[in-house]
Amino acid sequence: MTTRYTKSHEYVRVEAETGVVGITDYAQAQLGDVVFVELPPAGQNVSKGAGVATVESVKAASEVNAPVSGEVVEVNSALADSPGLVNEDPTGKGWFLKIKLSDAVELESLMDEDTYREFLKAVS
Amino acid sequence: MSECQATAVADADRDLACTPLYDLHRSLGARMTGFAGYAMPVQYPSGIISEHLHTRARAGLFDVSHMGQAILAGPHAARRLEKLVPGDIAALAPGQMRYAQFLDAHGHILDDLMVTRLDDVGGRERLFLVVNAATKRADFAHLAAELPDCALTVLEDRALLALQGPKAAEVLRRHVSSAAAESIAVMPFMAVKSFVREGNALNISRSGYTGEDGFEISIPATAASVFAEELLAEADVRPIGLGARDSLRLEAGLCLYGHDIDRTTDPIEAGLTWSISKRRRAEGGFVGYEHVKRAIDHGPSRLRVGFMLAGKAPAREGSEIVTLDGQTIGRVTSGGFAPSLGRPVAMGYADTAYAAPGTQVCLIARGKPLAAKIVSLPFVPHHYFRGA
Repeated sequence: MTTRYTKSHEYVRVEAETGVVGITDYAQAQLGDVVFVELPPAGQNVSKGAGVATVESVKAASEVNAPVSGEVVEVNSALADSPGLVNEDPTGKGWFLKIKLSDAVELESLMDEDTYREFLKAVS
Repeated sequence: MSECQATAVADADRDLACTPLYDLHRSLGARMTGFAGYAMPVQYPSGIISEHLHTRARAGLFDVSHMGQAILAGPHAARRLEKLVPGDIAALAPGQMRYAQFLDAHGHILDDLMVTRLDDVGGRERLFLVVNAATKRADFAHLAAELPDCALTVLEDRALLALQGPKAAEVLRRHVSSAAAESIAVMPFMAVKSFVREGNALNISRSGYTGEDGFEISIPATAASVFAEELLAEADVRPIGLGARDSLRLEAGLCLYGHDIDRTTDPIEAGLTWSISKRRRAEGGFVGYEHVKRAIDHGPSRLRVGFMLAGKAPAREGSEIVTLDGQTIGRVTSGGFAPSLGRPVAMGYADTAYAAPGTQVCLIARGKPLAAKIVSLPFVPHHYFRGA
């Protein structure tokens, strides 16, 4: 199991060929209270870097980009009634969707945990 | 507030002005943002929803020191100011406050403001004005140019705090003299009193921007932080940032200048006709009168209305308002999540023909239609104190 991070603060946690995608703790803290998450239908194909979900905080809407390319195989239906899970547990119960990776090599262009931590120090 | 007196200004805030409470905001863990040229708190660690609900349930303390405060003085200053605003200023007795708007020649809104009649001094009438931060420079220039026979004193050295919520009066009374506490207990919404507290002149109005009972307190900048800390030491009081200030005023159906009202809107279509008295409608004598009178006599072509959304996705400022048969009838000017209702709401201008409460419409958010219903404002009832 490996977790990779984007510069736009999404994570993808890869288990076998599927990646669990969400936003990082830093991202949820920056957004503040999440009140709505718009997720794509399962079965949709997405490309790395393209918008795949929208997260609405009290203040504003933010686009969430797919960290990897592939097919959306599952979305977190719990977020419909409890969008606050994104704030409470962003890397656990507050996950957004699962993507079946079409090209695992893409992971190499993303940051590992140590690199992401360094990146956060630089941006915050 | 031209010179920043804060001791530990963050790098991100270096190009911004700061209020006398800047250090306090930082010590409370606020997330700061640039607003109208000032470093202001958006939210504190508990978050916007929690701050919002706390204000409705108990009391919230807001720093609104970025707003412009000034005194306009001179013989017949109240009548003189009526040249620039449609509100009834001459009818104000000392200690009364009124909401008004500066208009341009087309009847459009240059800014909205609160006007308080103070006690006369030496035969000169004095008006205390509070205007928006982003427009204060232009407002003061406008006043100086249009009313050269009045003296305008901009109060650079005063902070402005707002204490809002059902516990506001009870809390405030504990922090003033017993005589002042008695006054505060009975002063109704839109009344104003001056007090001296620990050698500082406080000007306290029963008013605010949340729909709740509450006060706005003008206080010398040097005394503001200590007073704020005293109020925050109360169990009922929490600091509230601009994020919750916006969601509270949206629920209360109150206009935000630059969004719901601006140089393209007039007070009639904005639903502010109540702020223009019968005398002023009949007599006129203010800039923009012809347009305002026409709008009153013939009715506005569009109206500011509220929208209750059916789903959970919010519509934001700029969203098109579309009828069920696809006709565009206006645009959203403010929109977001209403924490007290647990759902999204919006405000905007709709063609008058479609503006009746109950009308079903769609708001287009990020290309998608969101079902919504036109409702009358406010979304959350006001709880102003009208007297015991």
